[in-house]
Amino acid sequence: MYNAKYIMPGLVIFLGLITFPLWFNVLSCTRYEAPQLALPEDQQECIIDAKVMRAEHMTLLNDWRDKYVRDGEITFTAANGKIYDMSLMNTCMSCHTNKEQFCDSCHTKNSVYPYCWECHIAPRGNQ
Amino acid sequence: MAKFNMTPDELLNFQFGAPNVGWMEHKPVFKEGNFAYPAKPDVIRDLGFPNPREWSPLDEDWKLPENWMEIVREGMKDRLERYRSFKIFMDICVRCGACADKCHFYIGGGDPKNMPVLRAELLRSIYRGEFTAAGKILGKWAGGRPLTMDVVKEWFFYFYQCTECRRCSLFCPYGIDTAEVTMIARELLQLLGVNINWMMEPVRNCNRMGNHLGIQPHAFKDIVEFLCDDIETITGIRIKPPMNEKGHEVLFITPSGDVFADPGIYTFMGYLMLFHEIGLDYTLSTYASEGGNFGLFTSHEMMKKLNAKMYAEAERLGSKWILGGECGHMWRVINQYMSTHNGPCPPKMETPVNPITGTVFRNATETKMVHIAEFTADLIRHNKIKLDKRRNAHLNVTFHDSCNPARGMGMFEEPREVIKACCDNFFEMPAQTIREQTFCCAGGSGLNTEEIMEIRMRGGLPRGNALRHVQQKHNVNTMACVCAIDRATLIPLADYWAPGVGICGVHELVGNALIMKGEQERTMDLRQNDLPYLDESAEEDA
Amino acid sequence: MAFFISLILVLTLCAASYYGAEAGMQWLFGMTIPYLAIAGFVCGFAYKIYSWAKSPVPFRIPTTGGQQYSHEWIKNDPLDNPHTVSWTVGRMLLEILTFRSLFRNTEVVIHRTEDGPRVAYNSARWLWLFALIFHYCFLVIFLRHFRFFMDPVPFFVRGLEFMDGIFQIGAPRLYQTDVLILAAVGFLLLRRVFDQKVRYISLISDYFPLLLIGGICLSGIYMRYLSKTDINAVKTYVMGLFTLSPVSAEGIAPIFFMHLFLVCALLLYFPWSKLMHLGGVFLSPTRNLPNDSRMRLHVNPWKPPKKYHTYEAYEDDFREFMVEAGLPVDKPLDKADA
Repeated sequence: MYNAKYIMPGLVIFLGLITFPLWFNVLSCTRYEAPQLALPEDQQECIIDAKVMRAEHMTLLNDWRDKYVRDGEITFTAANGKIYDMSLMNTCMSCHTNKEQFCDSCHTKNSVYPYCWECHIAPRGNQ
Repeated sequence: MAKFNMTPDELLNFQFGAPNVGWMEHKPVFKEGNFAYPAKPDVIRDLGFPNPREWSPLDEDWKLPENWMEIVREGMKDRLERYRSFKIFMDICVRCGACADKCHFYIGGGDPKNMPVLRAELLRSIYRGEFTAAGKILGKWAGGRPLTMDVVKEWFFYFYQCTECRRCSLFCPYGIDTAEVTMIARELLQLLGVNINWMMEPVRNCNRMGNHLGIQPHAFKDIVEFLCDDIETITGIRIKPPMNEKGHEVLFITPSGDVFADPGIYTFMGYLMLFHEIGLDYTLSTYASEGGNFGLFTSHEMMKKLNAKMYAEAERLGSKWILGGECGHMWRVINQYMSTHNGPCPPKMETPVNPITGTVFRNATETKMVHIAEFTADLIRHNKIKLDKRRNAHLNVTFHDSCNPARGMGMFEEPREVIKACCDNFFEMPAQTIREQTFCCAGGSGLNTEEIMEIRMRGGLPRGNALRHVQQKHNVNTMACVCAIDRATLIPLADYWAPGVGICGVHELVGNALIMKGEQERTMDLRQNDLPYLDESAEEDA
Repeated sequence: MAFFISLILVLTLCAASYYGAEAGMQWLFGMTIPYLAIAGFVCGFAYKIYSWAKSPVPFRIPTTGGQQYSHEWIKNDPLDNPHTVSWTVGRMLLEILTFRSLFRNTEVVIHRTEDGPRVAYNSARWLWLFALIFHYCFLVIFLRHFRFFMDPVPFFVRGLEFMDGIFQIGAPRLYQTDVLILAAVGFLLLRRVFDQKVRYISLISDYFPLLLIGGICLSGIYMRYLSKTDINAVKTYVMGLFTLSPVSAEGIAPIFFMHLFLVCALLLYFPWSKLMHLGGVFLSPTRNLPNDSRMRLHVNPWKPPKKYHTYEAYEDDFREFMVEAGLPVDKPLDKADA
């Protein structure tokens, strides 16, 4: 092997970097726990089926914001005919009162940083 | 030999495009005029190269050794193990096509296999087919193909349509150098005895007689004396250049083309006049009377063999350093191969110092070889020579960067400094055709032979067209260059693409402008034509 | 033709993994193959580099693209014609980070006029631009994926995501790199298909990786913006893989396994293909060496013996002529015969 003193370090650094998550997780004995959501104890149903909500909540909130702010619509009719205010604070957060244990627990683990709270004030939680 | 008589319009009657069949299925058709003649058996025999025989590319049977496939495979394997460049260039091409329209042969001919990428693919496809697991199993699907007689014929066709000018490598994002690929391909062809006479005969001559042209020592001396006669006629000064003499500080080596043919001889006269004027302590050598090295186009080993004489002669004559003349591929060899091949230099050699100015040539500390343009530029910078620019006033000059000093060395400013000191009317050709982007004369790497004039004129289009541009725009009538092959090949090129432009070496301009102590009033230039400025000043006086 | 074969190959890979995962072979596409692919990539990459490193670089053959280092009063161009190691590193960095050689690209056009041909060299930087976009987007997207690979998420991911989605379009936020990489892959692919000369030189091994990467991008984009795959489940699953304690793939859509499988195919294909230009560009002898052979001695490790026609042999051939011509000789005529 020729020029090993340049090639070997280069190769080791490259492969080290590219496999970093693997060996770092193994060496640091990382154990990953899926986030546990704090669900409201007194409510049985959400405005949409929870499964759909999990996938689509960001779209729904985005949609609400546009409709409320730009088109002046203020209510949302659920599939079962129930009518809700289009409001993050007054509808969603009235049940899911703890942002940290509900929103953030998933978001932080998955590096999702929505800009809801740049305008809205987060509820203090269910003390 | 079929006479080349196409007009430029006929020659350029093509469109860039691609045939309908894939390139692996498309075979070249040999016909008189599109290949250089094979090497004569006695030449090959003298060199001890394999398979000397009479053959022609037009024949169906090329009379290869029986085990030719094994020879090629072994040859490739051996070279893959010896040259990382070859291995890398076989593996990493992504076929982005950036090199495609950088080759002068492609630009002037439109043959897709003259795109550097495809030229290399001719070899790469065999590499994949023979040396990679994927290629062996998947064949064409992995871009591989089997080694057949047709492949060898195709190699001969296209690797002798590459002048190893390296223009493509400048544009390649990975620096893939077709010159390197061509050198290896030609080595493989050499193993089979598939080569061209125009290259092999100079190699044979250089080996035995000291120079490509086969000029024997006494004849060499005669020629130099004839040139000194001419110098005396022009300047009234008799120069006696030392030859094969021991104990001189400098050994001067220039391509033998400079002592042999018009217009190289005028450049040679320029050197001698300059050396005489500054009183340089130098000698010529008949044993090392060749700066050029056709070995570069033959094989790495042959390059080494021919180049070895330079140090051997410097050692025998006791020279401290070597001054090299104007030559293209000579300087690729000196700048990038010489010390590795034949160094370290003889122990008594010293770092070159210009004895007139005291300048240390800091870029030649290892090889102890200096390019004459570097040397003369230094003299001019220190005002050590007097130059009368009026003697070149009738010349509107442009400069052709030769491929090898450009992309194998990077010598751009030195010759320009010299030219500008010798004449007032200097004009550059368009930026995409000079300096590092310069175009080949289309006769480099041993392809400066008459029988492929069509190929040469096609390849000459980019240079010729750039020349025509400055001819029309600035009335350029002279193209200077620092290469002996250029001085031979650019003449038909200019006649064809930019008629009316003459070719000269840089030191011809120096010789013309140089005011020598004790010279008679000059009425002629080095070509013994009347100097026009004298008539003009006479008219003004009257 | 090569294009269609490649397309069929990629579609086959897609279909095999999608329906395979749907049919309950998540363990194969989600565990066995990813581990094999990572091992295959690491070993293959190292092997290939080793195979290159085994061959020496006998000569210094840099392509010089600028004025050499010579007299003090001549300005040299050290980035294009480096004479020291540090300038060579500079040249390499520019080459690798900015694709400097490709930036030079021109396109030749021959105008056939009444006054004869005119060869023009038009600037042609589209290839450079899209190649650069492609590679940088690929890098950013790869790094963004670290949010699935580690816990806590590494520090650089948040910043990358913020910059990448800075226009705050839609929810989930639109990443510019997602759009740009599709545009770049599209450009590179269309150029291969519709530029006649590039099509002529293109092999299956040119279309295949492009289509494969296109497939990876499209499936990823589909999961993020359209099907909204449950990333919580995905992260749990991926973390299981990356901590060597795989968990059940319950509840993850087959499209995820297709995405993953295409990435694995890319990893496995990588070391044996032209994609190794990633490693090769660092080792290219025309770029990574200084132009200093006239200044420093370099030794060829397999240096062949020096054999040449010596002066003595030359003089023996021509002694009489040389003496007659008055050229000095080492052995006079009368002694030479003895």
